[in-house]
Amino acid sequence: MYNQMKKHTIINAEFISGFLLRKKRWYHITILLGLIVLLLSLSMLMLGNTIYSPVTVLLALSGKNIQGASFAIGVLRLPRTLIGILAGFAFGIAGNTFQTMLRNPLASPDVIGVTSGTSLAAVFCMLSLGMSNGIVSILSVLAGVFVALFIYLLSRGGSFSGGRLILIGIGVQSMISAAISYFLLQASQYDVPGAMRWLSGSLNGVILEDVLPLGVVVVLGSTGILLLSRGLQILELGEITAITLGVPVHIIRITLIVLSVLLLAFSTTVTGPIAFVAFLSGPISNRLVGKGISATLPSGLMGSILVLSSDLIGQFTFDTRFPVGVITGILGAPYLLYLLIKMNKKGGVA
Amino acid sequence: MNRRKALALFSGSLLLLFIIILLSLFYGAKSVSVNNVLGAFANANDLSFEALVVKERIPRTIFGILAGAALGVSGTMMQAITRNPIADPGILGVNTGAALFVVSGITFFNINTANEYIWFAIAGAALTTIFVYSIGSMGVGGATPIKLALAGAAVSAALSSLVSAVILPRTEVMNSFRFWQVGSIGAATWDNLSQTAPLLLFGLALSILLSPSLNVMALGDEMASGLGVRTGFIRMCGAAASVLLCGVTTAVAGPIGFVGLMVPHIIRLLFTSDLRILIPLSAMGGAILLTLADVAGRLLGSPGELEAGVITAFLGAPILIFVARKTKGRGV
Repeated sequence: MYNQMKKHTIINAEFISGFLLRKKRWYHITILLGLIVLLLSLSMLMLGNTIYSPVTVLLALSGKNIQGASFAIGVLRLPRTLIGILAGFAFGIAGNTFQTMLRNPLASPDVIGVTSGTSLAAVFCMLSLGMSNGIVSILSVLAGVFVALFIYLLSRGGSFSGGRLILIGIGVQSMISAAISYFLLQASQYDVPGAMRWLSGSLNGVILEDVLPLGVVVVLGSTGILLLSRGLQILELGEITAITLGVPVHIIRITLIVLSVLLLAFSTTVTGPIAFVAFLSGPISNRLVGKGISATLPSGLMGSILVLSSDLIGQFTFDTRFPVGVITGILGAPYLLYLLIKMNKKGGVA
Repeated sequence: MNRRKALALFSGSLLLLFIIILLSLFYGAKSVSVNNVLGAFANANDLSFEALVVKERIPRTIFGILAGAALGVSGTMMQAITRNPIADPGILGVNTGAALFVVSGITFFNINTANEYIWFAIAGAALTTIFVYSIGSMGVGGATPIKLALAGAAVSAALSSLVSAVILPRTEVMNSFRFWQVGSIGAATWDNLSQTAPLLLFGLALSILLSPSLNVMALGDEMASGLGVRTGFIRMCGAAASVLLCGVTTAVAGPIGFVGLMVPHIIRLLFTSDLRILIPLSAMGGAILLTLADVAGRLLGSPGELEAGVITAFLGAPILIFVARKTKGRGV
């Protein structure tokens, strides 16, 4: 009897110390990722046609008027950097939320068609109606939310199945991309390069005015998702377990979907759908922080890292300046294939 | 299904196809009269505007029939070989593979004739199919629909980034690419018809020849081997036929999705899953569907046109959703 109790206490202690260890690791990783984001932002501000020293960058940021540097840093590079951070963060968090909720790393919003709803609305408004930015973003957000809910509701009926949702999402996506190609075809040749560039995801031509609304949405949306992250972790255990534990599954899931889609859609209207950021951030940061602890915040930071570093590569490595989405797409592809192969071997997909 | 019923089905679908061929010749942005059509056929030197319009529509209609048949059979074959209800060139990402090869061919190897496009597209389609299928079939349970669909979606997302990387710096390539990308049979001419028709007919004939063996293989590979079918060989031939059919079609028409997915499903639902009947009927069904989509697109989009690829996507995606819902997520 005594022996058994002793054994029990030891296991409990190990359990708790394991938890604390993970928590410690989580803090370390998160701080490290944050530092990398800062470092990359600094390089984004320093590098360009003229390379400025960190001191010049700080002086220009603090409002001091320096010939040339103030314009290049304050007007050109700062919005690009800030939007990169915000959009990457939004893509990362939203992607991780979808992947965790559907318990499938492949079920990121760009694979299952949620992002394409936003793209469709934006392309339609830009090319066919010639609308201005403000209305475009509102309409595309609505379209994104609508498509996401449409996919979610279609996949209900009986018990919820992530597999079915993914298949339906892929179907809806192909319908939407047919429509996008159609609008591209109708557009005048003059508009097409711009639209294609936007469609592959790009930080070119972002302005300081975009930063504030995107920032507000990202902060509010991410806070909401972070607050729900306990519920999200329980959802990951499966629907039946979650219901047994007294989690209002349906409400939490809908709230999470709406919040993630808000994040996605708002950043998509500014930068275009940057390929694979939503897809890659979650699995990478989950791997870094380990199992059993929420990877929401690290995923967001990882998203920012991916966008900033890919943008640096896209701007300075080749003769042509590639939009960031092309770089993330090409860098992401090998990891995606690796993940697919690994998951299939484990039998984790379905 | 007995012989007589099958015969009735074929004659019925032939009649339907004939009506749609007539529709395709008569209707479009400019509608013509019976006399114009007869005149265009009877008198080669008839140079009136109407006769020229009809003459323009003839190769397009023939190509629509061939391409539709090819896509329908290609989908049926893929579904039979992989034993997977959602196998379709579009879903497996084959179109994007073909697109990448064609675009790279235009950019790096200076290809510019339809004939060269075709071989690049076939190579791209074949490599992508093998690649996606081998990724999708790894691990426990083989190629389940969901694994295959995800592998296809993921690979095409990756490949389309490569396509953008190739075309973004080159405006002219981008311009011709967007016309190809949407999927339309309007680009067909007598010239590329003479290139593609023999290949497509060969693929169709091969598929029909393979159908009895594939029927036996539906019982399972072990049973089929026991009954004297060389399963590996048959599967390879079937895959080759299927890739040939969709690769050639994609080279000329661009990616036309879902014909291969929905035609076999509808026929199985309504009539039979006996491949000896299903394969020829899918050819008829595909031809009817694609030509009809083309006519509908010309009428709906007039004075321009709504490309057939857009219409098939809007008709076909609901069928995919239906299949996904029907399986209740368990078989998926």
